[in-house]
Amino acid sequence: MATDTRDSTSFERVSRAKDIAFEYLTLGATLLGIVALAVLLSYVAVDAVGWLNWQFLTSPPHPMPEKAGIFPALVGSIFLMLLIALITFPLGVGAAVYLEEYAPDSRLTKFIQLNIANLAGVPSVVYGLLGLGLFVQLVSLGYGSLLVAGFTISLLILPIVIISAQEAIQSVPDSMRQASYGMGATKWQTIKNVVLPESLPGILTGTILALGRAIGETAPLIMIGAPTTVFGVPNGPLAKISAMPMQIYTWAEYPDKAFQHGVLAAGVVTLLVVLLSINSIAILIRNRYQTQS
Amino acid sequence: MTQQNVTTSESDDDSSTASPEPGSGIASNGTAEAETTTTRSVIESRNLDVYYGEERALQEIDIEIPAEKVTAIIGPSGCGKSTFLRCINRMNDLVDSARVEGELLFEGKNVYDADVDPVALRRRIGMVFQAPNPFPKSIYDNVAYGLRVQDDTENLDERVETALRRAALWDEVNDRLDESALDLSGGQQQRLCIARAIAPDPDVLLMDEPASALDPVATSQIEDLIEELAQDYTVVIVTHNMQQAARISDKTAVFLTGGELVEFDDTSVVFENPEHQRVEDYITGKFG
Repeated sequence: MATDTRDSTSFERVSRAKDIAFEYLTLGATLLGIVALAVLLSYVAVDAVGWLNWQFLTSPPHPMPEKAGIFPALVGSIFLMLLIALITFPLGVGAAVYLEEYAPDSRLTKFIQLNIANLAGVPSVVYGLLGLGLFVQLVSLGYGSLLVAGFTISLLILPIVIISAQEAIQSVPDSMRQASYGMGATKWQTIKNVVLPESLPGILTGTILALGRAIGETAPLIMIGAPTTVFGVPNGPLAKISAMPMQIYTWAEYPDKAFQHGVLAAGVVTLLVVLLSINSIAILIRNRYQTQS
Repeated sequence: MTQQNVTTSESDDDSSTASPEPGSGIASNGTAEAETTTTRSVIESRNLDVYYGEERALQEIDIEIPAEKVTAIIGPSGCGKSTFLRCINRMNDLVDSARVEGELLFEGKNVYDADVDPVALRRRIGMVFQAPNPFPKSIYDNVAYGLRVQDDTENLDERVETALRRAALWDEVNDRLDESALDLSGGQQQRLCIARAIAPDPDVLLMDEPASALDPVATSQIEDLIEELAQDYTVVIVTHNMQQAARISDKTAVFLTGGELVEFDDTSVVFENPEHQRVEDYITGKFG
């Protein structure tokens, strides 16, 4: 499409100055976050050397930094996570299935949908207040108990679980549903045989990532009155529990430098390792199902 | 299969097709029937209108679809041919905005009556869709799906094999029934979908442009298969491929823009000597 004014055989270089400048700008944006995180992680990791050992992982907290450990908080976090998973998975998937497969396309549905999205953005400290008012004071499940902590943080991540499960269910092609209904399957049979198996990897990934967020939460635990230090493993649903972020927060307040650097760093590394393992499990599940289909 | 079964009036091997049925509307008075068929109709629509919201997709459709024949529905895009097909097994119920008026009789019963459960209806009417849509399950589980949802799992292995044989797929997959259906080629997937649809032994097979997403070789395999299946099933096939309709169907219905059924007759008549000028224009490619 050469015009008269242009030499149709000339292919001189077009200026790429802006192209190159923009490329480096975006590279800088990418690196800034990653480098900051890497520096922080290496700083913490170096501090944790010598402190993070078997004794630290298996001991209760102690006033002497050499004898201090994270065991009750580690176990507390794991208990908490299991409880939250048990609560949020059925509720979250149930709500998502209802909203996607059963709910009429009405104003009420849209209103509920909008509010779930809003709830996902409510700060965790507000959920802590809700937990305090509802589960501690109204239902009297006790300050800082495993149940109260589990219920409160479940409420916090439930909107995230619902939304990610909805996205997974939406991604099931409609042609699959049509095929199933066309074979004379009921709605329940279609959901059970086609929709849920197809969306399960996405649902699991979303739930596990939400759980990862749940065990990093500190603010709701403070609000519901979780104790700063717990010396034993919780022995029942109403026992007071500690969790790793809570314990780390406590150590940060100790005047002793050995706590502020060594013990605290060991705690942070432990928390990060648990978190990253959870995320890796989510990625593994996703990849496994993706290669299958 | 040729046109012979359209023009012969006697059916010596099957009494049910020879004698007029109570629910059949055609050929019951026996006047001037020498050239027409006495086959009973399985599906019959009376004054059928379909609306999507305010938009009218089908207008007063009156049609009688004969048993154990291939009936093709042709017409330009947006003429309502798929909509009509989806009225028969009430798949339009799944579309919130769709509304049906008039009657659609299946074996003499209006399927839009309050006492008809669409799920039960669909168990007697198989459906094959435009793009192959096997479930991401094994080949075996795909074919067994309909029988399993109907809780009819007696001799399951045998019936899966029968369905795959009738769909001309058994020889290609019999050594890998537990492999994923998604590993099959497009043409194999569509034959698998046909096997899935016929496994519960429905009365009618609805096909919505079943070959439009396939290459010519796979298309011709599907066409051969449809002619085979018409010996036992009533087949209603929507197609935008007129040659395909001419090749495989006994009866052809021409829908034109606006959701009107303009002509419905023996395929040879529709293609060689259509009654309406608009149909002739469409068939000869002047529009559409």
